[in-house]
Amino acid sequence: MELTGAEILIRCLQEEKVEYVFGYPGGAVLFLYDALFQQDDIRHVLVRHEQAAVHAADGFARSTGKTGVALVTSGPGATNAVTGIATAYYDSVPLVVISGQVATAFIGQDAFQEVDTVGVTRPCVKHNFLVRDVRELASTLKKAFYLAASGRPGPVVVDIPKDVSAARCEFSYPAEISMRSYNPVIRGHQGQVKKAAQLLLGARRPMIYAGGGVILSDAAEELTQLARLLGAPVTTTLMGLGAFPASDRQFLGMPGMHGTYEANMAMHHSDVLLAVGARFDDRVIGNVDHFAAEERKIIHVDIDPASISKRVKVDIPIVGNVRDVLEQLIRQIDGGTRPDLAHTAEWRERIEGWRARDCLAYKSSEELIKPQFVIQKLWEVTGGEAIVASDVGQHQMWASQYYRFDKPRRWLNSGGLGTMGVGLPYAMGAQLAHPGAQVACVTGEGSIQMNIQELSTCRQFRLPIKVCLLNNRYLGMVRQWQQMFHGQRYSGSYMDSLPDFVKLAESYGHVGIRVEKPGDVEGALREAFTTHKNELVFIDFQIDRSENVYPMVPGGKGLTEMILPSEDL
Amino acid sequence: MRHVISLLIENEAGALSRVSGLFSARGYNIETLTVAPTEDASMSRMTLVTTGSDDIIEQITKQLNKLVDVIKVTDLSEAPNIERELLLVKVHATGAAREEMKRMADIFRARIVDVTDSSYVIELTGNDRKLDAFIAAIDPALLLETVRSGTCGIGRGERVLRL
Repeated sequence: MELTGAEILIRCLQEEKVEYVFGYPGGAVLFLYDALFQQDDIRHVLVRHEQAAVHAADGFARSTGKTGVALVTSGPGATNAVTGIATAYYDSVPLVVISGQVATAFIGQDAFQEVDTVGVTRPCVKHNFLVRDVRELASTLKKAFYLAASGRPGPVVVDIPKDVSAARCEFSYPAEISMRSYNPVIRGHQGQVKKAAQLLLGARRPMIYAGGGVILSDAAEELTQLARLLGAPVTTTLMGLGAFPASDRQFLGMPGMHGTYEANMAMHHSDVLLAVGARFDDRVIGNVDHFAAEERKIIHVDIDPASISKRVKVDIPIVGNVRDVLEQLIRQIDGGTRPDLAHTAEWRERIEGWRARDCLAYKSSEELIKPQFVIQKLWEVTGGEAIVASDVGQHQMWASQYYRFDKPRRWLNSGGLGTMGVGLPYAMGAQLAHPGAQVACVTGEGSIQMNIQELSTCRQFRLPIKVCLLNNRYLGMVRQWQQMFHGQRYSGSYMDSLPDFVKLAESYGHVGIRVEKPGDVEGALREAFTTHKNELVFIDFQIDRSENVYPMVPGGKGLTEMILPSEDL
Repeated sequence: MRHVISLLIENEAGALSRVSGLFSARGYNIETLTVAPTEDASMSRMTLVTTGSDDIIEQITKQLNKLVDVIKVTDLSEAPNIERELLLVKVHATGAAREEMKRMADIFRARIVDVTDSSYVIELTGNDRKLDAFIAAIDPALLLETVRSGTCGIGRGERVLRL
């Protein structure tokens, strides 16, 4: 039987077991929406802005490991989606974004709501397609889902002209797909694995530096097993939080710009560094030469060869899927001579010395709400079990430092692109994927206003997210840099004319709470997570306006050149 | 260092812009770029001349390999290879210059492929240095127009770039 392009799309999504499509309708996708209306398998989540559609699909994907799906119309629908697509691209999140396009006969005519979506999105997608013939639609979608989730994951855009969604052809969905130009390496080279294992076993100062690749390949268990086997300390990047239990003694916290003293010192002074699914980006290694000046051997495991030796030269590259390579490493080490932990006793002692600096200590206050205190209370109240979706800025760093993530896929944030406004839509995607879970959105008054319209979506779909706004009436991270590096000239970083967030939340049909005293923080959180368990609660924490994020490695400085809180300016 | 990189890519709309976009986005140089379908019409062969340190060339080949439309990448400069470029040049050909241009073409083993009362079009094939030398040898006052194809290259001997 012949189906329309729109019906074929739905059948493909069903074949891929897609549960949710986050989207916003428009002229070019009317046929697609019509087909969506006439079935019950796939739920459509109507957002209030296309950017949020992509972020929500992204949050769904990050919290589940499944491929997220967004659907937008042509022209402004597609351009609004670009920030969401780029955000997912920089953090390697599997997404399929379907965009409508003007009819093929109108392409290139500057038609109403026409934009070259494939051209606009090209630099920030893993791949993209313009489907010019309905007979290519099913195989293109199969490729899109395959590309999005395999290898180094990423967003794939499929642009479907309106006439293609209306045209008919026989439907058949390919069971398998192979592409001659695309063959990601899964298993690591055994010779390299052997060399890596030897190096690790002989190390006096071993260290594991794990990134988002561990989360993406669902390898937290393998990483933990290897770390225990080696007795090596572990640091995880912002994207890797939860890849190793934060409450474990072997965990040193994050490395880099706002990493802990012990993680940065240990990373710098290690003699064998095992980098797993991390890419030595500029927020971790701000000064490549400073890092290279200290001698150490580096083993780098990554599925993307282009991530290896891009910024930091490594000694043993291993291209492969993180989980597979970790399994290989475990087998290699477990099967042979077990590491002698006495070897590394001195190293562990040295690390304890660094840890004793207690770099995350902060001055508590009876009067002012400290943002760190709010995050600690959030951790306590949720038993460390919440999914935390963060926005971008100071609050993001505090959440990453003080909410101790013991499990993967519970920390959702925009690490690579640093997109303000992701928090609420991420929380939406996560809450839909995990209806029973506690989902918190940690945000700032700058970030939340970048997608605040989604409070309406949350109401429509009854999403009981707990929005924890750390409100300092500043674009805090900008203010911090201006304070430290721009002569305290707070150019454009003060937020005037803020709304009354409590009333705003209420006007959307949610619960709003304002907290002004440290003594009320815990109570408000308990109220939100118990009394109002099934409602969205928006808590406006009026925090200490002058608080800064520490430790800090200023831009371009070496890992050991940290500013600690006691050295506050 | 100058490198000649050869690629097999899917002969699909937009494949070229994925490659050129990669170079502009990451700030890599392109000196010349040529592309045309191969004997298998589903594939195109591209030759790219670029410059950069070893680290940059390594990143370029890795990033090119990462593009989904790119089937194979090889750095021809890593082993003996042949490079050729085609030059078409239009020159004044009147009076004494008419004979002079004919002689010049002969010296460089170029061919005159179009003749009018007042002009020649000369065709010359060779590596880029030979073409540069030919252009430099022509009196600038006689030079009307030049067009170059950009370099294409192939490995010597057993070395083959194919599926």
